[in-house]
This record gives sequence, C-alpha cells and structure tokens, in this order.
Amino acid sequence: MSGGGDPTDTFRQEAQELLEQLEQILLDLTRTPDNPELVDSTFRALHTIKGSGSMFGFDEVAGFTHHVESAFDLVRKGKVAMTAVLADIALAGKDHIRNLIERPESADPAAGKAILARLEATVGGHGAAEAPKPADAAAPIAAPTAPTAKWRVQFRLPTDALATGTNPLLLIDELRSLGQATVTPLLDKIPRLEALNATEIHIGWDVALETDKPKTAIEDVFMFVMDEMELKIEPIDEPKPVSAPIAAAPAPTVPAAPTAPKPAAQPAKSTTEALKSGGSIRVPAERLDNLMDRVGELVIAQSRLKQIAAASQDGEFKSISEEIERLALELRDTTMGVRMVPIAQLFGRFRRLVHDLAGELGKEINLTTSGEETELDKTVIERLNDPLVHLIRNSIDHGLESPEARKDAGKAAQGHIHLSARHTGDKVLISITDDGKGLDRARIRARAEENGLIQPGQEMSDSELFQVIFQPGFSTAQKVTNLSGRGVGMDVVKRTLDALRGSIDIASTTGKGTEITLRLPLTLAIIDGLLVRIGQGRYVIPLSAVEECVELPPVEESRVNGSNFLNIRGDLVPFLRLREMFNATTPPDKYQKVVVVSANEMRVGLVVDQVIGDHQTVIKSLSKLHKGVGTFSGATILGDGTVALILEIGHLVARGQRERNLKLAS
Amino acid sequence: MAKTILSVDDSASIRQMVKLTLSGAGYDVIQANDGAEGLEKAKGAKVDMVMTDLNMPIMNGLALIKELRKLPAYQGVPILFLTTESDAGLKSEAKAAGATGWITKPFQQDQLISVVKKVLG
Repeated sequence: MSGGGDPTDTFRQEAQELLEQLEQILLDLTRTPDNPELVDSTFRALHTIKGSGSMFGFDEVAGFTHHVESAFDLVRKGKVAMTAVLADIALAGKDHIRNLIERPESADPAAGKAILARLEATVGGHGAAEAPKPADAAAPIAAPTAPTAKWRVQFRLPTDALATGTNPLLLIDELRSLGQATVTPLLDKIPRLEALNATEIHIGWDVALETDKPKTAIEDVFMFVMDEMELKIEPIDEPKPVSAPIAAAPAPTVPAAPTAPKPAAQPAKSTTEALKSGGSIRVPAERLDNLMDRVGELVIAQSRLKQIAAASQDGEFKSISEEIERLALELRDTTMGVRMVPIAQLFGRFRRLVHDLAGELGKEINLTTSGEETELDKTVIERLNDPLVHLIRNSIDHGLESPEARKDAGKAAQGHIHLSARHTGDKVLISITDDGKGLDRARIRARAEENGLIQPGQEMSDSELFQVIFQPGFSTAQKVTNLSGRGVGMDVVKRTLDALRGSIDIASTTGKGTEITLRLPLTLAIIDGLLVRIGQGRYVIPLSAVEECVELPPVEESRVNGSNFLNIRGDLVPFLRLREMFNATTPPDKYQKVVVVSANEMRVGLVVDQVIGDHQTVIKSLSKLHKGVGTFSGATILGDGTVALILEIGHLVARGQRERNLKLAS
Repeated sequence: MAKTILSVDDSASIRQMVKLTLSGAGYDVIQANDGAEGLEKAKGAKVDMVMTDLNMPIMNGLALIKELRKLPAYQGVPILFLTTESDAGLKSEAKAAGATGWITKPFQQDQLISVVKKVLG
C-alpha cells in the first residue's frame, strides 16, 4: 500500500492504475452508455486524479481533469445524456492526462484545448465549471497582523456541537492564542436541571479580545461552525471601559431571575439615606400590626403552596413555589424588621425609676446599661415594661444593701445595677445584674418547703431552687414594703414571660450579687415549629424548645402504668403520653416517638405518634373562651387549611417534672 | 500518549501524504481504503479523530460519517472530511451527517496539521 517514499511517486503509480481502470470503464461505457455505475466510477477516478494531482503539484493535470470530471458530474446528475461520443472524448482526455503526468514536457497544450473544446460542444450550454483555484487554503497559517484592536466576540454553538466533535474549549483556546482575552460565560440559556441534557451545550461565551490580528482571523476560529452558530464580532470603542458592557451581558444562572427584590432594594436604600439624614416616617402601630397579620396569612398560604408543589412533578411549578417561598420569608423578615425598635427606649425609662427608688430607700445606686441598640419586636418591648420594673425594684429593694451594710461587707457604698441586652441566635437576652447580697438559698428553701412548693429534703440545683421564687404566693420578705415583698410580682413576671414565649433564669452568689436573665424571642408572631401528629390531630412544638427526638423503647411503651421515665444517656427524663392527655382514639402508631423538650433547664419527653417535620408557624391566639387552657399557647393554620394547636412547653415541662417529683418522692 | 487518527481515503497518494504529515507531527495514523474498511477499523481501535475523503467506492464518506455517529464511542470524536469541491451543498451535507470540519484539497502539510490541531487540540 503506502509505506514510506515520496508521495509524488505514489501518485504517479496511483494515477497510472486509475487511468488504466478509466480506460476499461470508458470502453464499457461506449457499449452501455446508460449504466450509472460506470458513470459513477468514471467520475470517481477523475475526481481522485484531480484531487491528488492538485496535492502534488500537478496543476495542469488537476486543471484539465477538472473539466472532464465536471462533464461527468453533469452526466451523473442526469443533466447531460451519456453518449458514445462523450465516452470517446473522455478516452482522448484520459490519454492527454497520462501525457501530462508521465511526459509533461512533451504534452501539447493545443491538444488539450482541442479536447476541451469538443467536450464543451458535447456537454453544451451547461459548460464545464471553472478550473479549481490552486491553493484554496483550508486554514490560515499565520494571519497577517493589523493594528491592535479590541473586539467583543459573542458566540453560541449549536446545542449538538459536542456530539459532532466540536470542542468549545479549543475554540476559546484558539481565541486566546490571538491576544489578550477575557472570557465570560453566558449562562442565561441553561435549562432547568430536569430538562438538562448533559451532552448539549447551552452556555454561550462573551470574549473581550485585544489582538493585532484582523477580524478575519477571529472569524477563522469559527470556520467549521460558522453557518450553524450565533456569532457576533464587534469592535469595542477604546474610551469605553471594557468590563462594563461585558459585565452587564451575562444573565444570572437561575432562569427565572429574581427581579422582584431589586425594586424592593431601592426604597430600602433611600430609607437608609433618609436615616442618615435623620429622617424617618411615623406610622401608627396598628398599621404595622395589620401588615404583620397579612404577612402571616401569606406565609400560611405559601406553606400550602409548598405542600402542593412538593407533590407535583411540574418542575416549573416547583421553581415558582420555591421563588415564592423565598420572597415570602424575605418579606416576613423585612416586616419583622420594621416592627423592631431598639431597647434603648425601655432602658431610658428606668433611669428615672432607679433615681426615685434610690431616694426613697436611702440607697446610693449607679445604673449602667449596655446593648441599648439591641432591637426587639415593638409588642415585646411594650409588654416587657412591667416585668422589668418589678425585677429592678426587687434588685434595689432586696438585692442592694444599705450604704452602711455595703461598707461593712467591704463594698463600695454605691450599689451598682447593670442592664444589658444582646442577641443570641433568634433570642434576645436581657439581664439585670446587681452587686448586692445575693439570694438567700436557705431562706428560699425554708419558705418553699413551708408553702409546700417543694418536698423537704428534695435535691435541687440552684437554678431549680431559684425558679421557686416565681411560684404564686412565694415571698421571703420579712416586711412588706411599698415596693415589693407582697408575693405578687414575681409570678406575674413569670407569667408575662411565658406569654411572650420567653424564659427567666437566675444566677446568684451570696454576698456578690444576682443576675436575672430574660430570654425572649425576637418576635411574637411567627415561630419555627416542629409539626407532630398525635392520634388524628396535628400539633406544633416550638422548635426552640426541642432538644432531640428519639424512638420510644418498646419496653417503656408496654409499661402502661409504669414509671414513665426514659433513660437518655444516663439521665432520667420523665415523659408524658400525649395520646392519653389528648384522648386519642385511633390505634397508636407502631413506633412511638419521643420529642424531648426543655424549659427552665428541665427536660421532659413528649410521646407522639409521628414527627412530621419543621413548620413555619404563624401564631394565632386562642379565643377568650380558651384562655384558661394551659396546655396550648395558641393555634396555627397548616398548609392544607386545617388547624394545629401549639403546645405550651413550659406548662408541659412543669407538669412532667411535677409527676417526676411525685414519683421520686413516693 | 500519542493520539490516533484514522485516515480513510481511496487515493493511496493522499493516504501516504496524510500519514507522512501527521506521523511527523506526532500522531499515530491508521489507514483505510474506503468507508466500509474505515468503519471496521474505527470499531476495532480507539480513535481520537477520523479524517475521511467523501468520494470513495463501496461506502462513501457521507455514509461513513453517519455510521460512525451512530456508534456511542464516536459521539464527540472529531471527524474531518477532505473535499475538493467548493460546493457548499456537500459541506453542509457532511456537516449535517455529523462532521466536525473539513480540509479543502489541495492543501499544504502545515495546513493539514493546523486544521487537525484546531479540532483535536
């Protein structure tokens, strides 16, 4: 076949063989002119001689053969009839080609022209095509240089370009080889994941190219795909910054571009500017409440939409649902943000209070505050006023000693009360710290036992014991002052905080002082909840109270009237069978779950049939008729429109602990 | 590892020229005389690029390209065709059959190499 050696020699040999074949075919054609296979073979032989001839510098051969080939192409296409005469002319042409190849010096150009003239006469008006242009370059070897210019090249390949062997990276590399290129992908046409075929190209490219090559050199990069692709090559005007138009061009990756937040961001910006210039808008609080109500309704409607979308196969519907979810949550956060006011308002009120009390009680008090800028829901702040007044009064009255007593204890005559506020997660911590004498553990204990609030000898941690203070009717004050010691107050504080879904902790060191910490949710209206099912009913447990979920061991389950304790990593945790509490009539689920919740540093397990999942809970308060129901703090509307009751964790924990104490005592 | 190019051409001289040129540029070249032989060799080897003439006996280049694109192994493999025609019709027909690009005869050795590099990297 074709080993080494000179391809030109191979061509001569090849041509010779082809010409011999051609002679036989043409002789056959003179006998059977209408045999299409013979016509095809003739055409192919001539075609090969022409193509290879041009390759190896036999331009005369290529030029002459081209005319004969063109004639047979017309025959092949049925435009000219094959005749014996034509076969004769072709035979003469074949001889001429042999002469041109083997003895080019002796070949007579006139003889060739005569043959072509006869051919022309036979083929008629169709005429032979023009001779091929020699050196019809396939690809530019080195593009001529031009003055350096900037171009913006934007291109998109046909989606099936990868399958047909086009590698876009090579195209980009080739563009880079032309000069300085900045390549930005255009991602706006990428379909959704479920519609995406990974073998297709959906990315376009925007290339800012600085090159000294002419535009044709850029076009040549795309020569094989030019006809099927989108290609825009535009000069970039020098004075304009290159990055600006480029950066604006790529659309966001997400097909449904979130345009909604943009206009929303605009007024927000102007608000910031307004704030900077000291301006703000006064809005009646009622309107904010209304707004919050509407947002709450929206969140409910949205969660319903989410539920339907989750069951749907429609990708577009799902993506819209996700978009609405995102917007609804943003709107909720923004609306809550509007309702937020700095706690400084509240702290400010207490200066006067402390000043007045100090005078009344003959104590010297220095009040300091920190974190006044901490923001809290307006409603929360309003409702915090009374409990805080109580707590501060208590600190001043019971906590801080008289100047003399302080001196005796080696402290500064002036007592110190510190109010602080800070954020932790979704909670706000407000603490009242005094450097007074601290809580008297023994006296609290004695008093609690006396009142039957705790069992004599019961082991309790400090924080557990201090919680007793908040029980109704508890007071250790020896004398009732105007300010405190009447046993009303602390339980009211506790109840207010419960209502705000907050908690209260006390830490105290005898002789050093007391720190009372209030933990409050940022807002009242919406909480993250854990949706559970008990029997046929669904209930919401505030997620902030949930510590963990475990399966109820079958052993425990079978012990219907047993101890009702769960061993969680060595800790005995009492649990409540909510099925029994709520009188569920349906058969219980095979595997009962226990949601371990905590409040006031105590834990209790709630046995439920099923843990459904987290749920954005918009709290609707219960009617006046149901105010007395301690087990539930409110209700919410689920995605499917049904109502779920929100469990009051503080109440349940207290109940669980009470049962535990009774069990342990007996 | 050197990339393998399958050269399909009924002209021995063209095959030889292609082989000389591409071997010199560091590619491995396997050869076939016509489309049918080309298809057989393509199935029996791991080929990184195919270069085929269009006008061939037994199975022409267009048919070969169509057959190759039916094979999963040849999805995305660059296929170049050799053509003398400046006939846009034939080019678009070959492109539609799945060809990646073309080289117009006559061509110089360095033109061949630059076109191969363009599609093969």
